[in-house]
Amino acid sequence: MQNTELTDDLFSPARSGAVEREKISRPMRSGFQDGWFRLKQNKGAVAALAILLVLVALAFLGPLLTKYDYYTTNYGAIFQSPSAEHWFGTDKFGRDQWARVWYGTRISLLIAVVAATLDLLVGVTYGSISALLGGRTDAVMQRIVEVLVGIPNLIIVILLMMVMPAGIGTLIIAMSISGWVNMARLVRAEILKLKNHEFVLAARLLDASNGQIILRHLIPNTVGVIVINTMFTIPSAIFTEAFLSFIGIGLQEPKASLGVLINSGFQVINSHPYLLFISAIVIVLIMVCFSILGDGLRDAFDPQMRV
Amino acid sequence: MSEVLLEVKNLKKYFQVGKAQTLKAVDNVSFQIYKGETLGLVGESGCGKSTLGRTIMRLYHPTDGEVFYEGKKISGSVSKEENHECCRKMQMIFQDPYMSLDPRMKVVDIVAEGLNSRNSSMSRGEREMQVVRLMEMVGLQKEHIGRFAHEFSGGQRQRIGIARALAIHPEFIVADEPISALDVSIQAQVVNLLRQLQDELGLTYLFIAHDISMVKYISSRIGVMYLGSLVELAPSGAVFDRPLHPYTQALLSAIPLPDPRAEKNRSRIVLEGTVPSPVNIPEGCKFCSRCRYATDECKKSTPQFRQVEEGHWVACHRYANQ
Amino acid sequence: MSLLEVSNLHISLRTQDSVVKAVRGVSFSLEPKDTLAIVGESGSGKSMTVKGIMKLLPKAGRVTDGKIVFDGTDITQFGERQMRKLNGSEISMIFQDPMTSLNPTMTVGKQIMEVLHEHKKMSAQNQKARAVELLSLVGISSPEKRFGQYPHQLSGGMRQRVVIAIALACDPKILVADEPTTALDVTIQAQILELMKSLQDKISTSIILITHNLGVVANIANKVAVMYGGEIVESGTVDDIFYEAQHPYTLGLIASIPKIHEESVTLKTIPGTPPDLIDPPAGCPFAPRCDKAMKICHLRQPENKQISGTHRSACWLQHSMAKQAAEKEEHHE
Repeated sequence: MQNTELTDDLFSPARSGAVEREKISRPMRSGFQDGWFRLKQNKGAVAALAILLVLVALAFLGPLLTKYDYYTTNYGAIFQSPSAEHWFGTDKFGRDQWARVWYGTRISLLIAVVAATLDLLVGVTYGSISALLGGRTDAVMQRIVEVLVGIPNLIIVILLMMVMPAGIGTLIIAMSISGWVNMARLVRAEILKLKNHEFVLAARLLDASNGQIILRHLIPNTVGVIVINTMFTIPSAIFTEAFLSFIGIGLQEPKASLGVLINSGFQVINSHPYLLFISAIVIVLIMVCFSILGDGLRDAFDPQMRV
Repeated sequence: MSEVLLEVKNLKKYFQVGKAQTLKAVDNVSFQIYKGETLGLVGESGCGKSTLGRTIMRLYHPTDGEVFYEGKKISGSVSKEENHECCRKMQMIFQDPYMSLDPRMKVVDIVAEGLNSRNSSMSRGEREMQVVRLMEMVGLQKEHIGRFAHEFSGGQRQRIGIARALAIHPEFIVADEPISALDVSIQAQVVNLLRQLQDELGLTYLFIAHDISMVKYISSRIGVMYLGSLVELAPSGAVFDRPLHPYTQALLSAIPLPDPRAEKNRSRIVLEGTVPSPVNIPEGCKFCSRCRYATDECKKSTPQFRQVEEGHWVACHRYANQ
Repeated sequence: MSLLEVSNLHISLRTQDSVVKAVRGVSFSLEPKDTLAIVGESGSGKSMTVKGIMKLLPKAGRVTDGKIVFDGTDITQFGERQMRKLNGSEISMIFQDPMTSLNPTMTVGKQIMEVLHEHKKMSAQNQKARAVELLSLVGISSPEKRFGQYPHQLSGGMRQRVVIAIALACDPKILVADEPTTALDVTIQAQILELMKSLQDKISTSIILITHNLGVVANIANKVAVMYGGEIVESGTVDDIFYEAQHPYTLGLIASIPKIHEESVTLKTIPGTPPDLIDPPAGCPFAPRCDKAMKICHLRQPENKQISGTHRSACWLQHSMAKQAAEKEEHHE
């Protein structure tokens, strides 16, 4: 640095004011924006999200793209291979497979999303009440959960399916009846941890009611865990539905779901493999993408990962 | 400085650990806090000072003993109105600047928390004005209120915590290790801010800390805790000039001085060993296992907490006859 | 020749969308038997500096410039494997929280023997003897008994002693202590400081002590470097820093330490908040909080000026023109 550049003026006092002293230079950004930013950098998660969006779009728009619907039979055109006329071919009753696959995807997704939402509502309520009340109430509520965990999930579902009429509603109820347990346990653990955080104590000292504490502090801080768990619930619900339909106690023809389609494809795997493969690829894509996205969300929103 | 604001009488808080074991976090503590003063409470980790603060704030139910605020009993079960009353008058500042502010909330909502629960008729604009006023009071600016807590430095966060506590005009504040997690130059900022607020608003503090040297600058009186009990309580000057309890003496001697030449010639009392576990403490003086003056008597009987000089209390057999 | 010579060290940390320039041009040297204290507040870059030297930077961190010479060897470009060989035998490090550096499933004695086994070829019997010897060196009473105990059976202070014993196991040339007493209570801190002081007399290891507490420094260091905003703003002997400090930050830091024997009423403070190193200031990092700041301080970085043989300070006030301006000011009044 050259001395010649320096002028006397530069050495006159220039104290900073209070504003300058308390300046925060980093960009303003909420925890959510922060997580979103990190998620966008995760290429796998972004790809998974894109594929899922395409699949969901096809599930709703796909059947409209063809003139066939999923239930009209045509015995003159059974077991046709994929062609310009029937993009995914036709099944044993000559129904258009393209329409059936996307219609089935829609039903599978619908069942999964509704089941996951029910899990979420029941699980979050149950878990937070149990954690917040504590003491004997918590103990009783936890014993109930343990009993439900102890009974194998599929047995409950299968028994229910046998006494209730087959259909989408029954499937959803059957899956939700024990599905919320996982969510309840997670939320309870998370809230037990948060409950003793100093910011919750501060809220209590400021005379906030239990409801205010739950809504304003505990739930917003557990949202990450809840969303991520839901991301894992959806594929497992899709799988359960497929499994039930595959063993023949889920949806019945002519209704379609991915499980129903895989079941009927499996019966003719030797002669007409495309029937199985196309629906199998769709279900695999959905499940893998949800898992990758769930992992990505966990990495992005887990506060412990923050640098 | 004669009016008693808060009185703690034989307060005990035990925790059950395991089947037959009791952790005596606070064991028979009594003291008074006068209106407008700051009582500093010091002790090492695990001595029960934070538990004591939280029990006074009614975050824990005391096992035994009572707490009185302006002569009214506030410990144990109280009516809903009394509860509101307590919340309005007593507030707390916390230790961890990272855990004490909700990471999902904006600063404006954090500071306004007390305003919301008490007076929901306040309009958004009014609330924001209040928040700005509080922020300026603790040396932060209007521009800051839309930000999230994690964007602030430790000292700034601690000041946001102070603003939140002040929002509902409390009279008495328990500051639970508010400076322990901060850098030295920032500690001084927070201590000076608390003193300035005390002058302006006439607050009374219970200031809990493990660093006795910082406590000196804010306290009128200092209490020293060891293993759940008060061992010495005296005006601030007396604690530093004439510490009576051997533990207080060791605590003062352990403070490193920022003066290399003095440090070289300093002989310090280095305590042997560590604080014993507060679970199943034996009879006798709790400090006797590390005390250099310990006698047989100390092992047998628990010393009384008594006044040996005007306003100078100590629990030690050495001063039993004074 | 210096034992360790660090020159113009720059370290950057990548965060999601920005780069934190955590260390910006740090230079210092360490002579045998020195105890160098690096003092600074959180975020000043003191820990990053030694982590950069020890190749212990987090994944996002990188040494972007500078040179590190240890005992005549340039170790700037050393890989992990080469560094591991050095680590433990030539340079050892102890951390703030002793529990993180101890293995909870292994006895204390085993952990010391493991280090000896890795770096020194020694019979098992000798290893055990040396481990017991080390435990008594760090002031642990009944070392034979402690040898067979697990970390959770020891108190915090005792654990830190064990960590020091492990660090000293191979007679390292340098011991790097990162906030070794911060997690401990005052009375235990006093014990550990006394221990480190007595070790200085018994062994010939040089020590780099990282701390935010100037009081700790006065006790055991002979050289001090004060860091602020990723730079060393002042360095010198302990006496230079405590009695002849020039930099306003050092002065502020000393003034804000409570003095227990003085009858002072208010505590001096440094107003404001440390800079965010994502966007480091163009001039002196301390300028926004400095009471003596001049226009130039906000614009240009000051030169690190030699004040005496041992004493350096990076501050525009040391510039001849600043002194002239100050004199003129006095004339006016």
